[in-house]
Amino acid sequence: MNGPYVPVVGLEVHAQLLTASKMFCGCSSRYSGAPPDTHCCAVCAGMPGALPVVNARAVELGLLTALALHCTVPRASKFDRKNYSYPDLPKGYQISQYDDPIGRGGFLDYRIGDRVIRWGITRVHLEEDTGKTTHTDVDGREVSLVDYNRSGVPLMEIVTDPEMRMPEEAREFVSALRQVLMYLGVNDGDLQAGSMRVDVNISLTGPNGERNPKVEVKNLNSLRALERSLAYEIERQGRLLAGGETVEQETRGWSEKEEKTVPQRTKEYAHDYRYFPEPDLPPLVIRQADLDRLTGTMPEMPMTRSGRFVSQYGLTPFHAQVLTRERPLADYFERAAAADRSVPPRIYANWITGDLMRLLGEEQRAAEEIPIPPENLAELLSLIETGEISGSAGKQVLDEMFTSGQAAHAIVERRQLRQVADSAALDTLTDEVLAANPGMVDQYRKGKTNVIQALVGQAMKSSQGRANPQVVRDLLERKLN
Amino acid sequence: MIDLTSLTLSGARGLLDRREISSVELTQAHLDRIDRLEPQLNAYIRVTGDIALAQAVRADEAMRRGEAGELAGIPMALKDILSTVGVPTTCGSRILENYVPQYNATVVDRLAASGAVVLGKTNMDEFAMGSSNENSAFGPVHNPWCLERVPGGSSGGSATAVASSEAVYALGTDTGGSIRQPAALTGTVGLKPTYGRVSRYGLVAFASSLDQIGPITRTVADAAAVLGVIAGPDPRDSTALNAPVPDYSAALTGDIRGLRVGIPREYFGDGLDSEVRVVVERAIEVLQSLGARAVPISLPSSEHALSTYYVISPAEAMANLARYDGVRYGLSLPGDDIWSMYALTREAGFGAEVKRRIILGTYVLSAGYYDAYYRKAQQVRTLVRRDFDAAFGEVDVIVGPTTPTPAFPIGAKVDDPLQMYLNDVYTVPINMAGITAVSVPAGLASGLPVGVQIIGRALDEETILRVGDAFERETGHNLLRPPMTAEVSA
Amino acid sequence: MPISRHELEHLCRLAHIALDESEMVDMLGQISTVVDHVSRLQSVDTEGIEPTAYAVPIDSVVRDDDTELSWPTEAVLTNAPRRYGDFFEVQSIFE
Repeated sequence: MNGPYVPVVGLEVHAQLLTASKMFCGCSSRYSGAPPDTHCCAVCAGMPGALPVVNARAVELGLLTALALHCTVPRASKFDRKNYSYPDLPKGYQISQYDDPIGRGGFLDYRIGDRVIRWGITRVHLEEDTGKTTHTDVDGREVSLVDYNRSGVPLMEIVTDPEMRMPEEAREFVSALRQVLMYLGVNDGDLQAGSMRVDVNISLTGPNGERNPKVEVKNLNSLRALERSLAYEIERQGRLLAGGETVEQETRGWSEKEEKTVPQRTKEYAHDYRYFPEPDLPPLVIRQADLDRLTGTMPEMPMTRSGRFVSQYGLTPFHAQVLTRERPLADYFERAAAADRSVPPRIYANWITGDLMRLLGEEQRAAEEIPIPPENLAELLSLIETGEISGSAGKQVLDEMFTSGQAAHAIVERRQLRQVADSAALDTLTDEVLAANPGMVDQYRKGKTNVIQALVGQAMKSSQGRANPQVVRDLLERKLN
Repeated sequence: MIDLTSLTLSGARGLLDRREISSVELTQAHLDRIDRLEPQLNAYIRVTGDIALAQAVRADEAMRRGEAGELAGIPMALKDILSTVGVPTTCGSRILENYVPQYNATVVDRLAASGAVVLGKTNMDEFAMGSSNENSAFGPVHNPWCLERVPGGSSGGSATAVASSEAVYALGTDTGGSIRQPAALTGTVGLKPTYGRVSRYGLVAFASSLDQIGPITRTVADAAAVLGVIAGPDPRDSTALNAPVPDYSAALTGDIRGLRVGIPREYFGDGLDSEVRVVVERAIEVLQSLGARAVPISLPSSEHALSTYYVISPAEAMANLARYDGVRYGLSLPGDDIWSMYALTREAGFGAEVKRRIILGTYVLSAGYYDAYYRKAQQVRTLVRRDFDAAFGEVDVIVGPTTPTPAFPIGAKVDDPLQMYLNDVYTVPINMAGITAVSVPAGLASGLPVGVQIIGRALDEETILRVGDAFERETGHNLLRPPMTAEVSA
Repeated sequence: MPISRHELEHLCRLAHIALDESEMVDMLGQISTVVDHVSRLQSVDTEGIEPTAYAVPIDSVVRDDDTELSWPTEAVLTNAPRRYGDFFEVQSIFE
């Protein structure tokens, strides 16, 4: 599709940091859904004379990310002013980091099938988000409306090395990066809402290694949009070059509706950011002791954890990956598995990835909102494993635990779901079943032995699922032969 | 009867504390004087008489309850670059003519907590860019010593208000000399504290790595008292130093015996007016007569400090003034689109000097020029700082002229920016190094005030104030009052 | 080193400042003079000299991640030249 051309892809990921307050002031950074200009003060609304003060937690989250991405963290870092004008940028400059970012030269390993891919990270830096501009029509006039609630929300930019990558690889990289950021608790991974934003640079390298101009595609608010827009650009640029035309260096946007990239109307008509050190903020000295402390708090990363789930718990790679996709789910699995070690880990994996995730999906709940304490799940699975209740009864119990929050044994007792293994009771039960189904008894004796299934079913039904099907079967067979 | 407007801060303090006068009387006397003198001086952009009198009433009550702070009841003036809630803060600019801040600068809060009475907001060069106060959108300020001459700038309004007794004291800001230079030209005391000694929160930024707030007073003792109130750490200013505030007044012992006074060769070169030289040399003799020892020193990089200043300060100003775009506050002129709105608003809102500095700042930071200008200037800044470090290894203070000439006629240098910039040649190096200096009246040259500049180590305001105070007690130069104000009060 | 008119026009665009013809001429001369003056810095030997970006040697001044009350919306908007509800209104970015 792209003929002799090889795509070179670089990614810029902006991630809002999960702090309580903004990057440089005490306004709440949880602005989502708030009425316009209700999360603002002198600092984030750019009032004359206001001064920024760095949020220590934002620095920590940035450093944590830099460490997780194997970046080199400098001994000293600083902030710079990036000068450009736009109405959503209240100071006329953005406080960012230019030549001393908090991390540079790292990488992220991720997996596609059995392949482990390493993509280089150029840098990680801290900055502040801008306000939000919407373009609209007021009384027939085309105007832009500005809301500064988002202005000053802590933002981290992660820039990758440009590498020869296919759209699927870019997609899986961002997916893996998103997972890492969520694991670290630095970002909520919400591409749709824009708390994580992806821009991509793509150029094609020709058959003789010649570089062509790069195109930046912005406004990618899903993994799918990222993959599709890259595929589209590779095709578009390839066609242009094959036809002897040149690719224009420009910024394009992804149109979800048209499934294509379109040239973006430019934001600024003259570009020259004129970076210089932010005089209002003394430099940051990063001490080894701080880094050691952060490293100590760093959770196990998803790919490592998935591997461990296979080796330590004997899970299938599939189950391991599903469970480690989100940190709360993986934590849940491990807490449940530790609560009762007599139940094999794969049983936990089966139930969590099966019925429990189905219930979460039906209720549209996130993994951290599982209403069943892991110890209670362990108790339930133990009841099933020891034959106290049947598997089918177990599903009913799980459903009720999910809605009521009650413990398994309470539900089992109340609904009398404990399996009946008492031979006297089952003796009577099986006699009744045989007496009620003379036709099937006849068939069995003529050699059609598989009707035993139906007879067991009848017995289970009249016991309301509480009979132990294996015991019933043994009894029936003994009586029929 | 005593002329209430002739009182110094410490003088007024005594009378107020002994209930011999009330703050309301003192405030009203100053408001009356402002009424009489302002048509000639134009030191204030806005007089807030009602607010001042209300504050005076509260101060009188507080003093009766015995809860008054050190500055309680004493009328003062604020440079109109300090953010005051509910009172327009124009920075001497059209672009902020109608801007009403919704918060107070930290210094304004500290003054309020001490019971200060604010008479109004003083005139200034637009966004503190200037050395003559001719760059104000609200007209030039006239020097009370000679109305045809400039009072210096950019805190020309504050210096003039204090010199003419339109206020007991005032706050100014100093980026390259903007407190010391007008203080020298109006015969007042002007203190630029160490960078970081006073919070900049709410000081509308001109050049953030240089700006500092300080007092303009009629005595060194008053400057010490005001500094004690406004200095100190502030969680809202990351560059405010986290150092304890000493009792500056207690440092004024009058004893400077054995003190080593550095005399920098470079401060007595060709550009120095011969009469000013004589006055400053006489001042050094006075210090020696008080037991100080004069030590010749050299500050070799100071000849480059001015160039450094005119790279670094416009660069920072370019960014600091980018926010005046007609979107959130201030002047806003509609255009064909947003970009023309920006350009038209800034064209109409900024004066010529501000535009020059913005363009200059844009130039020195623009692609391809950063290393040649900005980085180079920062390196030279290091050299300037090292000069002082080395000098302070040998001496306790450095003494020289504050300005090369006394006040010059209004209009004399407006068309020649470079000549105008040379006014700051002796003051700029101090800002570059982030250290402290005070200008103290040293006598007259052809009837115009001359200031002597006493430069100290970082955070060593105590020593320069002690030297200034000893000098003042010995000479009484600070008691000289401008002739025109004498006529008015007569 | 005189600044060209073309260069000055570019600087004005970056700085969002419109100048009329006579201002442009004045500015060309004045900026060139000042640039010429500050170009003397080029002659200073700064080999191996660290740049000074901060006036005082302090570092790592940070605050805890605690929230404070934001301003009332009216305070945020009271100086707005144009507003639409509680939004700041500006002329359309796109024309």
